[in-house]
Amino acid sequence: MSGFFTGNDYFLTTPAVLLALFGCGILLIDFLHEARHKFMNAVTALLGLGFTAYQLVRIQTQMDLQGRTELPGLHDSLLVDHFAIYFMLVCVSATFVAILISVRYLEIEREHHGEYYALMLFALLGMYFMLTGMDLVTLFIGLETMALSGYILAGFLRRDKRSNEGAMKYFLLGAFSSGLLAFGFSLLYGISGSTNLAAISQALAQRPPGDVLASLALLTTATGLLFKVAAVPFHQWAPDAYEGAPTSVTGFLSTAPKAAAFGFLIRIFLAGLFPMHLAWQPMLAMIAVASMTVGNLAAISQNNTKRLFAYSSISHVGYILLGLVAGNATGLQGINVYILVYAFMNLGAFTVLVALRRADIIGDEIEDLSGLYYRNPGAAVMMLIFLLALAGIPPTAGFLGKYFIFLSLIESQHYGLAIFATLYVAVALYYYMRMTAMMFMKEPASDEPLSMSPGIKIALGLTLVATLLIGIYPEPVIQLANAAILR
Amino acid sequence: MDFFKDHILSITLFFPLVGVFLVMLPKKDDTVRWVANVWMFIGFLLSLPLVCWFKRSGDMEFSEQYAWIPSIGATYHVGIDGISLLLIMLTTLLGFICVLCSWSAIHERVKEYYAFFLLLQCGMLGVFMSLDIFLFYVFWEVMLVPMYFIIGIWGGPRKLYAAIKFFLYTLVGSVLMLLSILYLYFQYHAQFGGYSFDISELMKVVVDPHTQVWIFLGFFVGFAIKVPMFPFHTWLPDAHVEAPTAGSVILAGVLLKMGTYGFMRFALPLTPLGATNSKVVQGVVILSLIGIVYGALVSLMQKDWKKLVAYSSVSHMGFVTLGIFAMNPNGLSGSLIQQLNHGISTGALFLIVGIVYERRHTREISEYGGLSNIMPIYATLFMIITMSSIGVPALNGFIGEFTILQGAFEANRVWAMVAVSGVVLGAAYMLWLYQRTMFGQLTNPKNQNLKDVNVRELAVLLPLIAWAFWIGLYPKPYFDILEKPVAKIVERVHPGYFAQQKAAPVQAAVAEGK
Repeated sequence: MSGFFTGNDYFLTTPAVLLALFGCGILLIDFLHEARHKFMNAVTALLGLGFTAYQLVRIQTQMDLQGRTELPGLHDSLLVDHFAIYFMLVCVSATFVAILISVRYLEIEREHHGEYYALMLFALLGMYFMLTGMDLVTLFIGLETMALSGYILAGFLRRDKRSNEGAMKYFLLGAFSSGLLAFGFSLLYGISGSTNLAAISQALAQRPPGDVLASLALLTTATGLLFKVAAVPFHQWAPDAYEGAPTSVTGFLSTAPKAAAFGFLIRIFLAGLFPMHLAWQPMLAMIAVASMTVGNLAAISQNNTKRLFAYSSISHVGYILLGLVAGNATGLQGINVYILVYAFMNLGAFTVLVALRRADIIGDEIEDLSGLYYRNPGAAVMMLIFLLALAGIPPTAGFLGKYFIFLSLIESQHYGLAIFATLYVAVALYYYMRMTAMMFMKEPASDEPLSMSPGIKIALGLTLVATLLIGIYPEPVIQLANAAILR
Repeated sequence: MDFFKDHILSITLFFPLVGVFLVMLPKKDDTVRWVANVWMFIGFLLSLPLVCWFKRSGDMEFSEQYAWIPSIGATYHVGIDGISLLLIMLTTLLGFICVLCSWSAIHERVKEYYAFFLLLQCGMLGVFMSLDIFLFYVFWEVMLVPMYFIIGIWGGPRKLYAAIKFFLYTLVGSVLMLLSILYLYFQYHAQFGGYSFDISELMKVVVDPHTQVWIFLGFFVGFAIKVPMFPFHTWLPDAHVEAPTAGSVILAGVLLKMGTYGFMRFALPLTPLGATNSKVVQGVVILSLIGIVYGALVSLMQKDWKKLVAYSSVSHMGFVTLGIFAMNPNGLSGSLIQQLNHGISTGALFLIVGIVYERRHTREISEYGGLSNIMPIYATLFMIITMSSIGVPALNGFIGEFTILQGAFEANRVWAMVAVSGVVLGAAYMLWLYQRTMFGQLTNPKNQNLKDVNVRELAVLLPLIAWAFWIGLYPKPYFDILEKPVAKIVERVHPGYFAQQKAAPVQAAVAEGK
């Protein structure tokens, strides 16, 4: 060992270092800004994201130049590959949009503090290690960094009871699931004597099928992971946390951390637990079916849009897990496409919800959407496009994600699951159309215009262009997603 | 000109889409109406050269193919044969008529109304032109959204219910169809290596008969809901009754045809062994026959004028599917003629209802009676259309029904016998409707001052009536256009059908000679 830091180590950690620096920088300069200049914090954070994204692309280019598909670092505890960079870029874009929609929202809530943006960057920092980690300890620390930032963000409205309640539930269940995950990790360590995923995979392959210790390790690890992505039956925290959190944070929590958690889950299942895939594939199939069922059916009866989106996101988790159940290249490609597309369409919908927030009304009941078309036709049409995308109607991007998942199920001969999953598209359409009917066919609740800020406008533009463009001309995204398959 | 000739399909297809943005521009409602009408009329004119330049070659003509999503093998591939040509002409004509007939019916949110119609037009044309099944699926789904809004915003009292029912029903069918498509697509990849959604490529896939039945069922659900066949028809009366007049016209006239077109273009050629499986054929035919008789019986007892016409659609579309599944040249070409007829006469019937509905705002049959006394022109037009709908010779309905019955008779005599009862019942409910609304004394005082049709309403109906007479008196061009594509389908589902037909008399002669 020639030194603590070697070779690529500096290079590979730069995205994380950048995020940490910008986060701390925001905390330092926050008190210098006057109240009306607080938006400068957001600008700083966006700059940080820009640099991070640039650095990620640089790592990718470097990798391509060297003709390698992955770059290990920090004594094999990090592994940067196309998969990690792809997921990280999705997280960065989602955070970018989430920051854009936060400025006006926080002003209205009178909670405009620099910490907010710093925490988002810190969460992103955690995600970077969740996605690139190859070592249980690195992975766990990454996860906790993200999760802790998330708890604080969910409870950011200190004076709001719902926000406190949601954050508390989120924290308690999150801590519980982290405990389970840590327990699973300790068992994996006990089996293999190593914290490295590759070594764990080798050790598990030696175990006979049906080994009790290995099964227990799988069960606890999987439970912890499924808690993090909010799959049924480990989903109870999601509706409360989503409802209580500030809307901009809900938009953030339902996209970037979710994408990271999926990357994390896929990495552990494929790189670490792959020898046991005969055991976890049927389990994931059941979880996926349960998630689609509970998510879709519960969403029908929701009257709060944020809760509705929480349940709809649970059903989307079901679809994404199906890609892993199929387990073939198309399925993994489908997951990649789905997560990217989901980030944009979901954030787009949340952007419209954020624009509904005004000083006097919260704007998170379905009734608040009524007559949106009369108040702001543009926003209503965009919301319609996002909802159609979430339902999976072509030619929006949402169809593309579902397309790959269905195809992967057909390829792996899971016909029953495929029929099941497709029929739930119709159920989902029902509740999305309920919102559409509110927007277009009901009289407006109030005549007040929406609170549109430049940030919200940019965010709407970005998400709309992504949702439509990826739907109409998906070729580049398909190729990116294909290159980013975890091999 | 060459550019126009080479890209005529794309131009016809996307012309209405441009109109969507165009109608958004003007501020005044009347200007919007003018723009939409003129735009749709030009759209119709643009499609006319298709008829002149159509060569009846039996292959896909005017085809254009461009790469779209190379990594999954989806292409932008459009082209038409005789079957699509007729339906496209029906679409462009009815599309224009629908826009024209809405002039005084729509007062709220005029811009959006026309925008949705233009979008719908683009979707429908896309469905009939696509030769790439991925492209087809996109158009098939796209078109649901504007129709949902047309029913949901400008519809009657239960519009929300009807709109979502329409959307959900169709979506359930189409996602199951998507699975069938994906299965074929995957099998193509397994057998030939590449990826393709092209119909002609997917037809090469070899699938065992048993699996083909399942694939066919996927297609069947998708298309049968759209047609709609009994027992998938329950969304239709709701959608028709609640939709505005133009919505009903386009729904009956064109949207229902997408289901039957789907059978002819996709289900039969892609899964010939599944579609000709004796149990499948029996099942589909029995459902068609039930549809014919049931639709007619339910029509007989309707109190709502529009609902009566809606149920008559179920009966008429039963004929169409019966013709398709007779799977012989007469059945198939009769079925296509009948699709046109249904578009013409049922479209016109909905327009007829719309004319009095606009004046009286009720569709209860008992509210009317004796209208022929004060609306003679209206009564005459209605008479002609009634005759066309019940299949009186010299009008279009006769040609279609007769040919279908001929085809059904060739396939199985019992089918034809049952189906004939539908013709009789059809005459019964239509004539009884006519009698109740038009004849007798004008008793209801609210009807005293009804005005007869105006020039615009006349202009809306006359093209349809002229078309009805054309098909009724001189159907030969239609059969000529259909001959080759229909023969292709028959040859695909019954290989060697025509050789057998030629041989059959010889064999009979040989047998007699013994």
